[in-house]
Amino acid sequence: MASIEIANARKSYGAVDVLHGINLNISDGEFIVLVGPSGCGKSTLLRMIAGLEDITSGDISIAGDVINDLQPKDRDIAMVFQSYALYPHMSVAENMSYALKLRKTAKDKIADAIGNVADILGLSALLERRPKALSGGQRQRVAMGRAIVRKPQAFLFDEPLSNLDARLREQMRTEIRKLHHRLGATSVYVTHDQIEAMTMADRIVAMHDGIIQQVGSPVEIYDRPANIFVASFIGSPAMNFLEGAYETTADNGDQGAGIRLSDGSLVPVLPAQGASTNQPVTLGARPEHITIVQDAANGLPARVDLIEPMGLSTLVHATLAGKPIKIFTMDRPDYAVDSFIHVAFDMEKVHVFDSSSELRLPPLTEPHTGHSD
Amino acid sequence: MTLTGHTTTRKMLYWGSHYLMIAAFVLFALFPLYWLLKVSVTPNDILYTEGVRMWPSRTTWENYTFVLTQSNFPHYFMNSVIVAGTTAAVTTVIAALTGYAFSRFAFRGKVIIVALMLITQMFPLVMLIAPIFKILAPLGLTDSLTGLIIVYTAFNVPFATFLMQSFFDGIPKDLEEAAMIDGNTRFEAFRAIILPLTLPGVAATLGFVFTAAWSELLFALMLVSSESASTFPVGLLSFVSKFSVDFGQMMAAGVLALIPACLFFLLIQRYLVQGLTAGAVKG
Ligand SMILES: Nc1ncnc2c1ncn2[C@@H]1O[C@H](COP(=O)(O)OP(=O)(O)OP(=O)(O)O)[C@@H](O)[C@H]1O
Ligand SMILES: [Mg+2]
Repeated sequence: MASIEIANARKSYGAVDVLHGINLNISDGEFIVLVGPSGCGKSTLLRMIAGLEDITSGDISIAGDVINDLQPKDRDIAMVFQSYALYPHMSVAENMSYALKLRKTAKDKIADAIGNVADILGLSALLERRPKALSGGQRQRVAMGRAIVRKPQAFLFDEPLSNLDARLREQMRTEIRKLHHRLGATSVYVTHDQIEAMTMADRIVAMHDGIIQQVGSPVEIYDRPANIFVASFIGSPAMNFLEGAYETTADNGDQGAGIRLSDGSLVPVLPAQGASTNQPVTLGARPEHITIVQDAANGLPARVDLIEPMGLSTLVHATLAGKPIKIFTMDRPDYAVDSFIHVAFDMEKVHVFDSSSELRLPPLTEPHTGHSD
Repeated sequence: MTLTGHTTTRKMLYWGSHYLMIAAFVLFALFPLYWLLKVSVTPNDILYTEGVRMWPSRTTWENYTFVLTQSNFPHYFMNSVIVAGTTAAVTTVIAALTGYAFSRFAFRGKVIIVALMLITQMFPLVMLIAPIFKILAPLGLTDSLTGLIIVYTAFNVPFATFLMQSFFDGIPKDLEEAAMIDGNTRFEAFRAIILPLTLPGVAATLGFVFTAAWSELLFALMLVSSESASTFPVGLLSFVSKFSVDFGQMMAAGVLALIPACLFFLLIQRYLVQGLTAGAVKG
């Protein structure tokens, strides 16, 4: 097991810059999830760590040694591909033992290792099968097994679960986490599924357009997103955004603040760092931080567009100040479409974003923390 | 009930006409071969006297015994085996390596090389005979099997390369990347993982080049003048004399010449029909 350091790594294809200076330190045994929309460069970064893609500039080190110019075979890492990439002309056992054979591991040791891993992954009955005689979930397990038997310095995963159905994906998610606890191996996991990111990561690395937007624990990323991109990408249903102008208010001598929406209504917020009066800002509120109130005096009027029951909860789609918003509630509301309700924002939980830089302006009361790593 | 009865009839009609068309096509393709066989066993004296018949009233092996024992045909035949076999082997090795590079690597000048290879396929061969003769003569490569092999290889490499490339394109590159991470160099991954999966492609390429070289007449005729380096298509012409054509013997030689090609395809047909890559990736 080993740490991985990425220092100012860049990648260009000809004139096209795909990664713009990535800096990231992954500690020994950490489970890092790279998340971001399609085309943001997650796979490219992973493949640069694996040695399948040249590094245009910058350094990548594993266990303190710069490995920029090492061939993939000399980096001692294992990778699980989205397509699984099982060798079709070899049995499950041969697939899993291939790397060990290349290392001239003794036959009995290979047999032990395979038996062991097959037990862990429930593959013991399938060892003689060819990949084409396996289901998708079984192939996925073999791909995992092929990586695990090697006991590599680090594991790389490129969307390993995206070809599985929802139920199996959920199950494998838990299993991969359990395996990680058991093996304690440094892992870099690429996904564009934010639920996988939230549930699996020690730390999430949120990427967009080849730039790291934020690095932090899942809770940090969810509760204190660095900017509008991270706020909108993480969380489902997604955060609501309403544009307005920042205002400071004085109430009984207490310093207060609010955001004036386009329809003239004022949403109270905590005073934000570096925000000045009339500055264009964006209010960010997660669906669960908006409540439906009975008392019209305490809320802003919103028109109901759609009621979406989700089992555990209900999602109310409404229009506020001309913008669609989503409200999460544990009640079973039965509002008629086009009727009016009143909503209130949880002042402690909503976010203020600068509209031009899109950065979050944290409340004055929040201890200052550096965002990016 | 009427509905199902109706659809069954339609289905039978559909499959009936389907098989009828296949049968017609096979008949059309194989009839000349049948005629070849028929003439080769027809005794000379009744070849012209019996008129057009599906099968002669008497058959004989005399054409075969003549061809095998009295003519130079066995020698031509060996020459052809050497030339076509070597050409097929050499071409396939070159085409596999080049096709792999075309399929997997982006490199400077790739487009130009592909364009040049396509251009070589555009000229009628007749145009090239004189220059090629001029090139080969001073090197002592006219009138030699080696010269023929070189020329055939040069002419077959472009198409064979594109053929091999299309087979490599069908194999996900994740496979050799997985092998490289598992501990192979790229060449080892090519040999141990990709090549076994491309065997159908290798077989098809071998077959294609072998048949092309086996039946090539133009260059064999123009570049070779001596008996000792003649291949069998040239040899077939020797049955045409100034005054007559010895059809019986010519056809017997033709039937014999079919044997290696048939054997060859029998050997490789296992790979031609096999879809080895199934199960490599999800699906
Ligand atoms: N060989 C290439 N030549 C040019 N551009 C490339 C090449 N390979 C990838 N790219 C570009 O690099 C960018 C990042 O690609 P990458 O595969 O890393 O995205 P990703 O984040 O993994 O997306 P996805 O979630 O769809 O897998 C994309 O915009 C892609 O078009
Ligand atoms: Mg990707």
